[in-house]
Amino acid sequence: MKMLVGIVGVGQTHHRSKNTDCNGQELISIAVKRALESAELTMADIDAIVIGNMDHFESINYVDMWSVDGSGGYMKPIMKVTTGGTTGSAIGHAGFYHAASGLFDTVLVIGWEQNSESDTTAAISTCFDPITEREYSAGAIGPLAAHYIAYMTKYGATEADAALVSVRDHNNAALYNGYAHLRQTITVEDVMKSAYISYPIKLLDICPRSDGACAVIFASERKAKKITDRPAWILGVGDCHILVHLADGIGLANLPSLEIAARQAYEMAGITDPFNQIDVAELYIPASTAGVSWMEALGLCEEGGGPRLVRSGVTNMGGKLPINPSGGVLATNPIGATGLLRIGEAALQVMGKAEKKQVEGAKVAVATGFGGCFWSDITVLSSLPRLD
Amino acid sequence: MEKVGIIGVAQTKYQRYNPASHAELAYEVTSKALEDAGLTIDDIDNTVTVCNDFWDGRTISSMTITEATGSHKSPTTNVEGDGTYGALMGLMRILSGLHEITLVVAQSKISEGIPSVITNAMFDPIYERMLGLDAINSAALQMRSYMSKYGVTEQQCAKISVKNHKNAKANPYAHLAMDITVDDVLKSRVLADPIKLLDASPISDGACAIVMARERTAKRKHGKPIWIKGVGHCADAYHLGDRDLAEVDALASAAKRAYKMAGIRSPLKQIDVAEVYDAFSYMELMWMEGLGFCDRGKAGAMVDSGLTEMNGALPVNPSGGVLSAHAVQVAGLARIAEAVLQLRGEAGGRQVDGASTALAHGIEGACGQGHCVFILGK
Repeated sequence: MKMLVGIVGVGQTHHRSKNTDCNGQELISIAVKRALESAELTMADIDAIVIGNMDHFESINYVDMWSVDGSGGYMKPIMKVTTGGTTGSAIGHAGFYHAASGLFDTVLVIGWEQNSESDTTAAISTCFDPITEREYSAGAIGPLAAHYIAYMTKYGATEADAALVSVRDHNNAALYNGYAHLRQTITVEDVMKSAYISYPIKLLDICPRSDGACAVIFASERKAKKITDRPAWILGVGDCHILVHLADGIGLANLPSLEIAARQAYEMAGITDPFNQIDVAELYIPASTAGVSWMEALGLCEEGGGPRLVRSGVTNMGGKLPINPSGGVLATNPIGATGLLRIGEAALQVMGKAEKKQVEGAKVAVATGFGGCFWSDITVLSSLPRLD
Repeated sequence: MEKVGIIGVAQTKYQRYNPASHAELAYEVTSKALEDAGLTIDDIDNTVTVCNDFWDGRTISSMTITEATGSHKSPTTNVEGDGTYGALMGLMRILSGLHEITLVVAQSKISEGIPSVITNAMFDPIYERMLGLDAINSAALQMRSYMSKYGVTEQQCAKISVKNHKNAKANPYAHLAMDITVDDVLKSRVLADPIKLLDASPISDGACAIVMARERTAKRKHGKPIWIKGVGHCADAYHLGDRDLAEVDALASAAKRAYKMAGIRSPLKQIDVAEVYDAFSYMELMWMEGLGFCDRGKAGAMVDSGLTEMNGALPVNPSGGVLSAHAVQVAGLARIAEAVLQLRGEAGGRQVDGASTALAHGIEGACGQGHCVFILGK
């Protein structure tokens, strides 16, 4: 890579089920103001803006144009990037590319969603082919359920393994993250007793939908060093949109897109031993089941080793590799912002600004995005400009 | 800026209804752009698609053309906006140093949607949408505002339509190629006063793809790479009432940035041919002003002088422009593709002799709220 890019500011709203305090532009502006404040910048310092969400959740066409009153995009370069559930991570990567291209020094990236304004599952269900697939597509939960059935069958994982992930993420949100949407301390028993949504996924296994926004400021190396002593350097990016049909993902026990994307990003970042080199991870885990079955795709354990990893407790706060100190997607899910929140939270960790969520001494973090048809994005961040 | 070259371009023929699917349209231009570049899909190391969930009638609309563009095979992203913005994203991915060859694909099947409903959704949902605003009647407000402020006439706007539809006769991809008169335009059915049928672009299905590459690769792979010399984009205020609709400040800002990068100080002298986003006849006049080809309010007189005709000093829209083929999302990328053909000297009957610097332009949102300007050169 020719040019180093760092994250210098992160802001987010207090996420909730239904935001009735303000409209979408105002929600965006709250996140933008907080990001600017965190970097001690003003709108005048911003050279370009990237924004993303999923159109059919709010039914606003040309959100890049609509947003300018909240994004600060008036008389500035602004563009929209959207790739479904991976929108948040894709806009993060777009912000990185803006700064890495040398065309823009300081780039504001905004992800947002007011999911309460739509029927989320109905909107998601139009993502598959209108002729061959839409009739039987029913949102995101069914495919994730089938995915974990395949993993349980192949590797002997259990519903209780997934419940451990749910407890970990929900309790992290409750204890450490004042911005999270669901802040409840729960037990494995609570998860196991909650109602089935789509076997084996139960109510406490699945993410909520949230209203919220996140803004992250990316800067070129020169600019980042001027803004802060400790930016979160982007060491690697990867993305993979390998599947496109609903049926492609069903029966899959593993997540090939994450494996491929991780390989790209790790190679770029110089990560050869992910479990030992990564200090903290903010993962787009839309259902607790994925917190078990996607661990090997990230190279954090051997094939089928997800249950062992989760049971061992190493991914809990205080463990060797804490996952989702923020509570992750199971606690907060404003879809267009969700992937960007992972990048923002990972950045805060390596910047040492994660407050109660802070993993002590975190130097290397990974953030992922998930969506589309089992698509994955990944970002490697570090307080160090390069790994030795 | 490091040199990045465009080494492949392709368009479909634009038509009112194309029975091909979104994916088939995307596949046609992907295949042809690769052929034009002398590459195979395995040479492409990243892809930018341009899809919009409203126009495509599908959530995560980029999934519609993922396979057809081969974007499942390598890193990819999707820009939702005009095709020029997709090209800009593709350019940045190369400039980052992470990618060598980017494929950018835009497709549109407007014939399957209801444009007035889809464009109504770009207005404020609480205060403005119920007024029935859409792309055409909001443009009518802008045309009226522009004519009132600067004394530009309906006849001068009509001349753009006459010129562009005539130019389209030499463009095999154009949707509406025809000889019409100013009188025909003035007498055509009123859509939203003062916009008449022949002031408006058609509803077209179609697709466009371009392939761009880093300098070293571009030179090795292609005999006639066309270089990206400058680019700029900028957005104006959102609410129509917050803007002076007769003004073009966002375009002027985007152009200034692109011109600075390309070393253009006197656009009229230094640019040989321009392909601009004339969704309506009056827009071409306003964009001439925003691009600095003349002073504000003077584009009508410039057109009267014949300067933007095929044999004038600055031919504008030799392809027939967007008035002759309007596949939304695609149209700005098509401006880039046409500019590339001009600079290669491969524009056939619409060739501007000796063109060595070209401008391509796209718009975003209502009444040109956003603009993206590319300067290309040999």
